[in-house]
Amino acid sequence: MLDAATVSMILGGIRDSFYMLIFSTVISYVIGLPLGVALIVTDKDGIHPLPLFNAILGFVINLLRSVPFLILLFLVMPFTQFVVGTSFGVKATIVPLIISAAPYIARLVESSFKEIDRGVIEAAQSMGASSWQIITKVILPESKPSLIVGSVIAATTILGYSAMAGVVGGGGLGDIAIRYGYYRYQEDLMYICVILLLIIVQIIQEVGMRIATKSDKRIS
Amino acid sequence: MSQPIIKIEHLYKDYPSKNGPMNALSDINLEINSGEIFGIIGLSGAGKSTLVRCINFLEKPTGGTVIFDGQDLGKMSNKELCKARQSMGMIFQQFNLLMQRTALQNICFPMEIAGINKEQAKKRALELLELVDMSDKADSYPAQLSGGQKQRVAIARALATNPKVLLCDEATSALDPKTTRAILSLLKDISSRLNITVVIITHEMSVIEEICQRVAIIDNHVIAETGKVSDIFSSPKHPATKRLVYSDEQKSNIDFAQASCYRLTFDGTSSFEPIISNMVMECKTPVNILAADTRNIDGEAFGRMVIQIPDSPNGINRSRVLAYLAEKNIHVEEVDSCLTQPL
Repeated sequence: MLDAATVSMILGGIRDSFYMLIFSTVISYVIGLPLGVALIVTDKDGIHPLPLFNAILGFVINLLRSVPFLILLFLVMPFTQFVVGTSFGVKATIVPLIISAAPYIARLVESSFKEIDRGVIEAAQSMGASSWQIITKVILPESKPSLIVGSVIAATTILGYSAMAGVVGGGGLGDIAIRYGYYRYQEDLMYICVILLLIIVQIIQEVGMRIATKSDKRIS
Repeated sequence: MSQPIIKIEHLYKDYPSKNGPMNALSDINLEINSGEIFGIIGLSGAGKSTLVRCINFLEKPTGGTVIFDGQDLGKMSNKELCKARQSMGMIFQQFNLLMQRTALQNICFPMEIAGINKEQAKKRALELLELVDMSDKADSYPAQLSGGQKQRVAIARALATNPKVLLCDEATSALDPKTTRAILSLLKDISSRLNITVVIITHEMSVIEEICQRVAIIDNHVIAETGKVSDIFSSPKHPATKRLVYSDEQKSNIDFAQASCYRLTFDGTSSFEPIISNMVMECKTPVNILAADTRNIDGEAFGRMVIQIPDSPNGINRSRVLAYLAEKNIHVEEVDSCLTQPL
């Protein structure tokens, strides 16, 4: 059953899955990380409290997070069409993935930042650090290990969502599992895809945690 | 002493709360002179941590002025304030070191903020590590250091930008007594060597005794008493001060609840004289020593003693002893209900 065509199709699926995973994760962080910083900085106990801005931002983030991904996928199709010129395939999946993952990442990094001791930030303020210096020299570097752990969680979640995009012909391993395994009853193919996804998740988890532990200087 | 480096006038601080503003500090007036070691003591909740944060404007006062080195902090822009803070180092009870940076990098941190170039910063950081006796720990992370070592790094970090003032917020409260003494003597040494003004916030009288020259007692959001440590120690006036000065002896929990107990206070001149033994011989009466304590404050010896004088029916014994003590210029105070007022 594993002829050359199937193997090359699965390899293509792995490539597509990684393509979606890496692209969406990177762009989601480019959007989500500053949002998370904005959340923590403008918090009422933050270094630059802006209660109204904080409440609005928090509301928008919650709004986006409360839409189930599968529904979001259809909901943003016109927008996707507008941005990437197509509403299906690998490229088209990246758009809803980012819309879904960026607010999720904003919350993830916000919780990482909250782990920093308030006293350390106060110490930086007592040295005359500006808000920008506190963000770049205290908040981000001090939460690095936690941010890495968060990125592992985000990446595995995005991989899971990207597999869901198979429903709309999104490409990747999830797409193969649904088209061949589910619609055409080739269960063996479905299992292969699921096992491959499982292996990818395991690798991301293992490597990510190792990097996080190694980078954490609190553990002597 | 020279002119004040920190001058606080009519300072008020309120915190907003559900039931209207909550008062944390009320009409605080203080002058801290350049080069001195000044203590601010009070029980927890008295407002001393708020007060020290008002000195560097980490907390903005609700009213009043804070003049640092001739400049009104309240009239400064944010940028000027950041600049002024670089002339005020601060250390904390919980050290507040950056956990992801080595000791050396922690000391470089305030210099990065001040925009000093890397080479110069590193050179200065190494000198400071030497000053606090931590040269061998330059590349250790805070998690690998003991409490005392962390505070040494924090002190070096606070000194990095050559501040004029070092603010210490309960800097020794998380340390054991031996380490506390070592850190205090380091602070004393730094103050005299670099001519830095040190402001010490604490709830422990022993810390004040050990290194401060002057002290302010803060009680219930106001300054109860200010003065030379030796004066405050020998004749505390305010009830809050008495509580603090006599607090150490309270721990011994001896029951002095008996009549004719007297507390004697010796000043620097008399504590090396065998007063009690002379008194016993002169007055031909035995006394019962219930508690005694001598300390060295800023180079002068101070003693306190609680004695019980057995009274003869006509009261002649007691009056003879009291007359003798008065002649020797020793401050005598009758102690009544002694559980609340020992030694």
